[in-house]
Amino acid sequence: MIKEYNTIKEVAGPLMLVEQVEGAKYEELVEIELPDGELRNGRVLEVNRDQVLIQLFEGVTGVNVFNTKVRFKSKGMELDVSKDILGRVFDGQGRPIDKGPKIIPEKRLDINSSPINPYARNYPSEFIQTGFSTIDGLNTLVRGQKLPIFSGSGLPHAKMAAQIVRQAKVRGTGEEFAVVFAAMGITFEEALYFIQDFQKTGAIERTVLFVNLASDPAIERITTPRLALTAAEYLAFEMDMHVLVILTDMTNYCEALREVSAARQEVPGRRGYPGYLYTDLASIYERAGRIREKKGSITQIPILTMPEDDKTHPIADLTGYITEGQIVLSRAMHRRGIYPPVDVLQSLSRLKDKGIGEGKTREDHADVFNQLFAAYARGLEARELEVILGEAALSDMDRIFYKFAGSFEKRYIAQDESEDRDIEFTLDLGWELMSVLPTVELKRIRPEFMEKYLPGFKEKVGANS
Amino acid sequence: MEVGRIVKIAGPLVVASNMQNAKIYDVVRVSEKKLMGEVIEMRGDEASIQVYEETGGLGVGEPVYLTGQPLSVELGPGLIESIYDGIQRPLDEIRLKVGDLITRGIAIPGLSRVKRWNFNPAVQVGDSVVEGDILGIVDETVLVVHRIMVPPRINGKVKMIERKECLVTDTIAVIETENGREEEISMLTKWPVRRPRPYKEKLAPDEPLSTGQRVIDAFFPISKGGTACIPGPFGSGKTVVQHQLAKWADAQIVVYVGCGERGNEMTDVLIEFPKLKDPHSGEPLMKRTVLIANTSNMPVAAREASVYTGITIAEYYRDMGYSVALMADSTSRWAEAMREMSGRLEEMPGEEGYPAYLGTRIAEFYERAGKFVCLGSDGKIGALSVVGAVSPPGGDLSDPVVQATLRVVKVFWGLEDKLAYKRHFPAISWLNSYSLYIPNLTDYLETNYGREWLDNINRAMAILQEEAELEEIVRLVGLDVLSPDARLIMETAKSIREDFLHQNAFDEIDTYSSFEKMVKLMELIMHFHDLAEDALNNNVSILDIASLPIREDIARAKFIPENKEDEFEKLKESVTKSFQELKEKVLVET
Repeated sequence: MIKEYNTIKEVAGPLMLVEQVEGAKYEELVEIELPDGELRNGRVLEVNRDQVLIQLFEGVTGVNVFNTKVRFKSKGMELDVSKDILGRVFDGQGRPIDKGPKIIPEKRLDINSSPINPYARNYPSEFIQTGFSTIDGLNTLVRGQKLPIFSGSGLPHAKMAAQIVRQAKVRGTGEEFAVVFAAMGITFEEALYFIQDFQKTGAIERTVLFVNLASDPAIERITTPRLALTAAEYLAFEMDMHVLVILTDMTNYCEALREVSAARQEVPGRRGYPGYLYTDLASIYERAGRIREKKGSITQIPILTMPEDDKTHPIADLTGYITEGQIVLSRAMHRRGIYPPVDVLQSLSRLKDKGIGEGKTREDHADVFNQLFAAYARGLEARELEVILGEAALSDMDRIFYKFAGSFEKRYIAQDESEDRDIEFTLDLGWELMSVLPTVELKRIRPEFMEKYLPGFKEKVGANS
Repeated sequence: MEVGRIVKIAGPLVVASNMQNAKIYDVVRVSEKKLMGEVIEMRGDEASIQVYEETGGLGVGEPVYLTGQPLSVELGPGLIESIYDGIQRPLDEIRLKVGDLITRGIAIPGLSRVKRWNFNPAVQVGDSVVEGDILGIVDETVLVVHRIMVPPRINGKVKMIERKECLVTDTIAVIETENGREEEISMLTKWPVRRPRPYKEKLAPDEPLSTGQRVIDAFFPISKGGTACIPGPFGSGKTVVQHQLAKWADAQIVVYVGCGERGNEMTDVLIEFPKLKDPHSGEPLMKRTVLIANTSNMPVAAREASVYTGITIAEYYRDMGYSVALMADSTSRWAEAMREMSGRLEEMPGEEGYPAYLGTRIAEFYERAGKFVCLGSDGKIGALSVVGAVSPPGGDLSDPVVQATLRVVKVFWGLEDKLAYKRHFPAISWLNSYSLYIPNLTDYLETNYGREWLDNINRAMAILQEEAELEEIVRLVGLDVLSPDARLIMETAKSIREDFLHQNAFDEIDTYSSFEKMVKLMELIMHFHDLAEDALNNNVSILDIASLPIREDIARAKFIPENKEDEFEKLKESVTKSFQELKEKVLVET
């Protein structure tokens, strides 16, 4: 028998305080019935003696202190899953919104799953080819990794994410893969862009969408990514699929979290975000990975727009501390018309070292990317010098690197929206670009690889001696 | 048994009433799920409890069971090669018991209750022993001889002791104390994590802890028993440096605490360490390592406890007379866990919302490091070195955790993102970092590696500093205005940076550099510099010097395997020859 209470004491912000409650559980789901019969959902945030603090997902508009009823459902929030969720669209509380049939659940899963035992994890090491040279060659993505895109408003992160979904593959395998897409507070157009792109390529058949638009309740954004990851875990670890999870936009998620924290009058951390933002974000990002003796995997690409393109903003900062690298988009590159505008020096994939090399990509991969980085960094230094002093002030060597940086951006970083490069092409392109540099400067490359891959190596060595 | 009742639940904080017999820092079991918690505050009969597991689903009125014991770790054979969570539950056993996810209310002892060990007595019946004396030994792994000690506060005569194959809980000896009590001793002892283990005397540090990382060993060394911190923004390579230290530091025991960091990183350690060979013994590194993994998504209160669990285990091996190194990655997450609990307790916050006692807690933690005369009559010397990573928001060193840490640690390895962007690893800034141990270590270094080594590193550091100043000029007016001498400084500095400081953690050979090899490498670079100076004085042009092909060989010298010192001598000779040829060429031309 579910008890019903009409002892609401306070309603403020997204929160509601109910008194004289018996036996309420922490994090329990509640149902609220408004005076006009409308039903809303909420979650218990705190239990203090007979007082219960409830967070309402759909806001408090229309809630009356005296005529509203509260029912405790004695269970946490759950998601109904079965293989039929593929190809379906859900809202931020996991209810289908695509006019399709109800999901007949095979299982009901708690959306806050327990942490993966680090001992049970399998280290991500399978190379995912995205078709982007900047990612495959320099910031290699592997299965089970969480690699966010640090973007800014107006930058083409959505285009990039859609292209990754289109092109991503693990080579030489025909394994089943799926996409879970969670939209938190993005605009209708942005969501439509993804959905249409998925439809065009047929990816929609293998995609589960959880959509909370900018116009939907903000508090729902807190549950949206958790629902998405619950679906992903089901597909990956019970259906043996390789799941790519796109979470966009994490900035909106964090703002919803801040809203609740502010309403609870908690001591704020940096920029008003709660002190537990790191822990909370970790509970989302750490749900990526592989598990030993399980076939499936979860790879996450969270997208966040950095306020004012500031990488030290708490959202970007804490994300970077949890995720295994980051792809940083640069406004300056975007303005120069380079797509994808990836800031190569600031981007990083921490797991690349285990995912590249012989048998995975190619034996020379590590040396090539080390050298490309170093050379590009030196080229940018020369460019800085050139801005201040003019090209005449550059030494011969600086001039070579200066030119290299230019062609590296134009040919290696930049590519077409429909261009799907394989890893051999990317590596060979790197060698070709490096061939303008003197071999003395190629300190990070082993001589045997130079001999094997560097175009015109023999002639160059002959000329040197 | 006394039972308290829950009155409030807010995240990891639970308040219970009817707790008048609880003590601060006592362990309690919360609800019928038996979730582990620790009393952190008492008001009247109400106790605030930090719960080490998720509290979802708990309700008011549920029971809280007292245990009367403080949070303790189990100490004894079997610690090495283990992987624990923050409250010393073995993660491998948890997986066997409940599967891939860590569910709630799991109780597994830290040490196996079924594994048998061979205990070999080191004393005889009738011997007098004091606390800390070695009663016997157990071969724990091929690398670690586990010394079973007389527990603290027990002194007396050995009444019974026997060689046997037994469980950690079996009695291996009986000691009759001075007041006539008989103490049964087993290999297993318990120690409360928040209390430092006792020692006889603390000593000044005087010996370097070799880490195999050139930038550290040459310029910013840490002593055995020293403390160091590694602050840096994300992506600057804190974890790689910590892993490198755990792999190559010449400590006998390594305790690695993954505190609130990535799950995959711990998996990496788990997979890699059993494969990697310790350069000193040739045995797998795992055979001397204890891992504590409380990743960022595991409960926050257990994260707070994890560094204490780690350091208590480290102290236990120190007490045996070993040199122990503890890596904590990252202490910022530990501080954040404190902040979270403090916030839930509604304490008045200090800086950035951190509790006012942050500095005290950090200082207490690092003070547990040092070089010690251990308990016992044999004068064993043990050392506990502590290296903590700090993850300041945005890499900003004014962060309260960084500042509180810098006040107590003696070595600062400042990581710079600018270096990381250039892929200069380890990205330890040679201009900002410091080590206050250098004066203590000079004697040792001079005796073992000679005066020339100390001179060389001092000169190298001076060159690097000069380079930083020259760079300013170059940025403003270009390279051409520099005098040939200044150009040479730039060239040598570049060589020091790229050929010496830069070290590839993922290269099979370069990942570890012994002191001997490092000394030779520096000698080679400075040899080139000296001859180049001499050549400049003999009218050789700087461009000719800069484009000598032998420089390519110097650049590759770091990839010369260990124990091939003659290769360095050969290279030195080639350098000398190259310069002779250059000088002769100039003579012919003039």
